[in-house]
Amino acid sequence: MQRYRRTSAAVTVALVLGLAPGCSASRADDHSSDTLRVVGPFEIHSLEPTATSGFFTRLEVAETLVTADLEGELAPGLASEWSSARGGRTWTFELVPGVTFHDGTPLTPEAAAHALDTVRNDEASPLAEAPIEEITATDSGLRFDLSERYLTLPAVLTHYSTMILAPAAYDDDGRVAEMVGTGPYRIDHIELPASVEVTRFDDWRGTAPAIEHISFQTVTRPEARALMAAGDQADVVFHLEPAGRQQVEAADGVELVSTLQPRTILLKVNSDHPVLGELAVRRALSMALDREAMAEAVLREPGLAATQLLPPSLTAWNQPDLAPLEHDADAARELLEDAGWTPGSDGILEKDGEPLRLSLVTYPDRPELPTLATAIQASAQEVGIDIEVDVTNSTEIPVRHADDTLELALIARHFALVSDPLVTIADTFAAEGSDWGVHNWSDPAMTAAIDGLLAGPSETRAAELRRTVATIAQEQLPLVPVAWYRMNAAVADGVDGFVMDPLETSWHLSEVRWAS
Amino acid sequence: MGVLSSSAGPARIARVLAGRASQAVGVAVLVSGLCFLVVQRLPGDVAYRIAAGRYGYDLVDEEAAAGVREELGLDRPAWQQLLSWLGDLGSLDLGRSLVTHQPVLSEVGYYLTGTLQLAGAALVLAIVIGCTLGTAAALRPGSAVDRLTDLWVALVRALPAFLLGLVLVVVLSVHLKLLPAAGHGGAGAIVLPALTLALGLSGLFARVARDAVVATRQSEHVRFARTKGLSERLVLLRHVARNAAAVLVPYVGVQAVVLVEGVVVVEALFSWQGLGHALVHAVFWRDIPVLQATALVLALLVVAVNTLVDLAGLWLDPRPRQGSRP
Repeated sequence: MQRYRRTSAAVTVALVLGLAPGCSASRADDHSSDTLRVVGPFEIHSLEPTATSGFFTRLEVAETLVTADLEGELAPGLASEWSSARGGRTWTFELVPGVTFHDGTPLTPEAAAHALDTVRNDEASPLAEAPIEEITATDSGLRFDLSERYLTLPAVLTHYSTMILAPAAYDDDGRVAEMVGTGPYRIDHIELPASVEVTRFDDWRGTAPAIEHISFQTVTRPEARALMAAGDQADVVFHLEPAGRQQVEAADGVELVSTLQPRTILLKVNSDHPVLGELAVRRALSMALDREAMAEAVLREPGLAATQLLPPSLTAWNQPDLAPLEHDADAARELLEDAGWTPGSDGILEKDGEPLRLSLVTYPDRPELPTLATAIQASAQEVGIDIEVDVTNSTEIPVRHADDTLELALIARHFALVSDPLVTIADTFAAEGSDWGVHNWSDPAMTAAIDGLLAGPSETRAAELRRTVATIAQEQLPLVPVAWYRMNAAVADGVDGFVMDPLETSWHLSEVRWAS
Repeated sequence: MGVLSSSAGPARIARVLAGRASQAVGVAVLVSGLCFLVVQRLPGDVAYRIAAGRYGYDLVDEEAAAGVREELGLDRPAWQQLLSWLGDLGSLDLGRSLVTHQPVLSEVGYYLTGTLQLAGAALVLAIVIGCTLGTAAALRPGSAVDRLTDLWVALVRALPAFLLGLVLVVVLSVHLKLLPAAGHGGAGAIVLPALTLALGLSGLFARVARDAVVATRQSEHVRFARTKGLSERLVLLRHVARNAAAVLVPYVGVQAVVLVEGVVVVEALFSWQGLGHALVHAVFWRDIPVLQATALVLALLVVAVNTLVDLAGLWLDPRPRQGSRP
């Protein structure tokens, strides 16, 4: 049982006081004992691969068959090479020889097939959506037989839910009871939901990590994380908010590292709505948004104002020469006037006696979203659009998408949930709609372009098709981009070699070393 | 316990325990029923909420929610779901969390221990600080010490726990670098949250202790003890302390209950893993078994604390009482 439980004996007040100064004394002086102290906002509530949000693959405890490098290109993980046959309906993956799990058992094709068969029955994994008929263990690897051509399978196998765990990791019901992976770090101690300690795995096949121990602690409040970063209470602190960033930048002995994430804050639009169905209204709404001012005021970085849907971090998809989305309130008013909207008595536009009134749903889990929502409300008000903001639970968005009552939703969409953005982009623009993508919108040219990309064309043709996708999205605005996203971490000066992976496939802590 | 039974009488202790036990059963049924009702009345689709808890808040789609609905039988009528839970409760099976799949008993036990550690440490600190200040003030009513204590009481009562906690973090963690700003389990991590709670409470304890000590010191038996020629120290220890405690203990009992329920804010501020954390997540995720069990534990805790207060009262003040009051 990895989960350590405090005994009820510890309940007594006397014991509490007696224990308090000395409890977990082993961690009292982590810094000198070669333990890297990592702090982040993520809580780990379960060891199920789909429910870990990538925590154990980022911490390099577990590995996937295929992984992605810092540029997002596919790279060998537990599979050394892979190839397809039968026009993409059969895929074979060769396993790296001589890999052992943390419990000392060897990685066999059967073990890998067992792990993947377990996860493909979980609806929450993208592997569940792959048209897999059978996964067979071969002499030296795995063979996937598919019912149809599926070229993005290697990319899907970079997703954290496809991590390969030892057979001993699973209990009788097929649930993960222990995290037994193959990575450079093995689990020392887990106290769900907020604390994980790992130690270097001596039988790791690659270069031995320089850092022997890593302790991870969840601290949910961003201001507390900033204090810990500035006060040398942690070596690596993930996700600081603007105020905390300033605090860290002003502190000595700690540096801020950041990278653009393939994530866009955008307005999800119900394109079948009587008002929002009009392209002119969507364009006017987009022109009304003063994105630079919002990015500067809320995200404290004007460069994050989105000029198109797909951020520059998706180098293959971002189109630098596409005409940028710009703020022009006068043009927005003209556009609405041409579409028949006239100012009513209270300044709100009207058409056939109906005011131009829309509701916008957003959620507080990303703290900048409600603030941005009110900024959008103010921008829209200036051109005569009345927006009512409803800050609620994030699940209201898929719920209202399903029952068609959604009008506008402000969301943060990650475009590289698996290393190839095509998988997420295809879902985002699916003709039948997508919970976190388009709503009642489809365009034959868009569908054709995405189908073309999924068929695996030549690189030149693929570049053309990606340009088509970006251009249609920019012209039709089924999703109105607002801002791009930067993620950051505070890293102590005592730590060398920290790199930030935009796709967050891994935190690359096995490559970090103490500064001499 | 020997002192307790000899001075308070086994019959009266049994009466207290029996009364409180039946109260506990009633509370258990009522609280779990109410919890269930509240969750049913909350807005939002339960299956989506549970899926969001499992897979991440903005990764939930219709298929994931449908999978959860089917797995957990959420389509069953509400009364069937309630009946099956009550049946399990009767056989002392609290089930598993809908989100984490962990057994509810171990999950709630883990968070309860966290809360009890924090609340216990806070209570002891508060009693030590409060009673020391209160007694010091009572020895010379109207003196500078008494007036400073008044100021202290007003100050710590006026500061909300959230602000007090931040002030302590800035002073003790950021500037003096004595203690970690947040976290759970690391060395000294309990000190700041416990101190935050304790300082807030200590003001009230100081106030009540002061008044109780002043009143007891003016009572006839204390004057008699002095006439007997006992030193002021012995009078305080032998005659004042116990009598003042008879007033203070029920008060501490009430505060202990308030404390357990009030740690939510402090737990969040310091990332301390306790019942507050469990409760907030369970409500958010519609994790009904965990929510019911957490509320149940909180309710039973109130009963338990009240029982302890009754027993302590019997020991401190063993005079027989009239009527049915235990």
